[in-house]
Amino acid sequence: MKMLFKGSEAIAEAAIRAGCRLYFGYPITPQSELTEYMSRRLPEVDGTFLQAESEVATVNMMYGASCTGKRVMTSTSSPGFSLMMEGVSYMAGAELPAVFVNVVRGGPGLGDIQPAQSDYFQATKGGGHGDYRMIVLAPHTIQESVDLMNLAFDLADKYRMLVTILADGMLGQMMEPVEFPEMRDPNGVPKKDWALTGASDHEPRKVTSFNIDPYGLEEMNLRYQATYKKVVENEIRYEEVNTKDADIIIAAYGTMARIVKTTIHLAEKEGIKVGLFRPITLWPFPYKQINKLADTVENVLTVEMSYGQMLEDVKLGVNGKAKTPFYGRSGGVVPTPTEVLEAVKKVMVGDLNG
Amino acid sequence: MDSTIDKIIAKMPKSLSGKEFTYCPGCHHGIVHRLIAEVIDELGIAGKTLMVAPVGCSVFAYEFFDLDGTVAPHGRAPAVATGMKRAMPDRIVFTYQGDGDLASIGTAEIVHAANRGENITTIFINNAVYGMTGGQMAPTTLLGQKTTTTPYGRSAKANGYPIRMSEMLATLEGSAYVERVMVTTPQNVIKAKRAIKKAFEVQIKNLGFSMVEVLSTCPTNWGLTPIEAMKWLEEKMTKQYPLGIYVDRTKEAE
Amino acid sequence: MTKKAYIEIDSERCKGCGLCINACPQHVIRFSEKFNNKGYHYAELHDPENKCIGCAFCYNMCPDVCIVVHRLVKEESKV
Repeated sequence: MKMLFKGSEAIAEAAIRAGCRLYFGYPITPQSELTEYMSRRLPEVDGTFLQAESEVATVNMMYGASCTGKRVMTSTSSPGFSLMMEGVSYMAGAELPAVFVNVVRGGPGLGDIQPAQSDYFQATKGGGHGDYRMIVLAPHTIQESVDLMNLAFDLADKYRMLVTILADGMLGQMMEPVEFPEMRDPNGVPKKDWALTGASDHEPRKVTSFNIDPYGLEEMNLRYQATYKKVVENEIRYEEVNTKDADIIIAAYGTMARIVKTTIHLAEKEGIKVGLFRPITLWPFPYKQINKLADTVENVLTVEMSYGQMLEDVKLGVNGKAKTPFYGRSGGVVPTPTEVLEAVKKVMVGDLNG
Repeated sequence: MDSTIDKIIAKMPKSLSGKEFTYCPGCHHGIVHRLIAEVIDELGIAGKTLMVAPVGCSVFAYEFFDLDGTVAPHGRAPAVATGMKRAMPDRIVFTYQGDGDLASIGTAEIVHAANRGENITTIFINNAVYGMTGGQMAPTTLLGQKTTTTPYGRSAKANGYPIRMSEMLATLEGSAYVERVMVTTPQNVIKAKRAIKKAFEVQIKNLGFSMVEVLSTCPTNWGLTPIEAMKWLEEKMTKQYPLGIYVDRTKEAE
Repeated sequence: MTKKAYIEIDSERCKGCGLCINACPQHVIRFSEKFNNKGYHYAELHDPENKCIGCAFCYNMCPDVCIVVHRLVKEESKV
């Protein structure tokens, strides 16, 4: 049964359906509704909600809860995610699973409260310190946000990694009809033989990201790298729309991809075949797939609500096989489908940076 | 005919892992570790206790106990402990923190954990200096005290006043039990153990937040011998940080 | 005097801090002339007159849990 839901709240409900019963968070626009929804809904399913005193406290509460083997999540927006970066690095080093939702807004600094995609670097290249990775999922509709929640928790548990749903203020605030999956049993989470639950039935366990011996720390890092390799080999997800015999490929994700889907229709009317390459996993990034696509066109145009962050991964993937022009707006400004079409036309006549 | 048997009346507590402590000679960390382990053994809670170590000299603390444990980012132990306790309310969770961890970078986390009446126990080691990083000023450094970042002695004008955490946290209604002790003599050690035991009992009875602040020596960074350091503590630190119970709401709650 | 109690000190664990020596009311602990592997003059029991009363003050003060305290107690007479 379809229900009309605000994006933030749909994500919250989907997380509960996925089996999450622990939420720690701090209000921040444009996602406070997610926090509020959790405060109402979690007690209904015997879950635990706690509004923390800051995002710093939030991520550390997640650390503690994740140590006990339970599914835990938070949601925040750009400035809040920055505060969490210390905790993210610690959790990544301690191999603690958890799900973050970043409803990105204009930045940097205090910025504004409108949608943006300027946190791509922070999510995929490491906002925290050290050689770590996070799995980053980028939905482009509310339904997809809902559909990706089960996957997010499953991937987190499977690989003992952090997973970020990189959304934006548009997805967070808009309302759409959604269908939710069945409620999963929160106790159906696979048992974790590393969890801290009290050493009554096991040898004392330690969870740490610390090793004073550099060779010991190197070993820990090699273990993380081996995990990341597995993820790269098995978990890449993307969508191609209208790419066969396209005149030009646009690389876009999230809300921007949705806008491009409209541009495709507008372009068709003017006889231009625009194809969309939409990464769903921003990390691991579908380099091989976009490289293959670059064989078929002269231009792979990246369009983002930023000044060119995913652009760098597109360039890496395309690897010189095609030109890689860019169009973007930032600071919370959302490009229109027509605007994107204008950019496409400029590219077609060689009038946009390549 | 009466014969005598050899009875061991004091030895390594079961909850200590036996690993040699990495602390300096005469440092009070080791005494407090032992007291915590004795208390956990006596209360029979080792199998359901989780510990959170800090950043500081005691960053390795989780290796010295035979308990499930972790180490938190600097200052964040009360938040990590909160996450653990909210996820598993029937477990015993304690943090072990120094003065930089608790009173400087972690002030927000400890205040809010106490304010929420979080059912956790905090053991706070106050030695008026930053030990691990080489002897810099701590929020608890005394006025006039020389440290590596207050080479002319701490001045109130430049660096503010020594913070009395027990007094401050006692004002929060979520704090069920807060006591300040020291471990300079066997008698004081026994008193400190009583306080630590009471703190854990407060948690077992779900009465709210409990904390024991232990005035401790740092012979290395104070530039004193272990015995001289204890004299300095008794003469100078207790004036700034009087011993005693700062709040005991356990009677009202029970 | 009959021996009532004695202590064992793990000399390799000991860091020669002297807290036990300072606390002993019977003054039966002293620094050894020897060094341990860490390079410390470790504490050792020196109790030729059996003065140790097993008060465990030394154990209470030891920051490195080096000490085991033994008391020689009278076995209950069997009836």
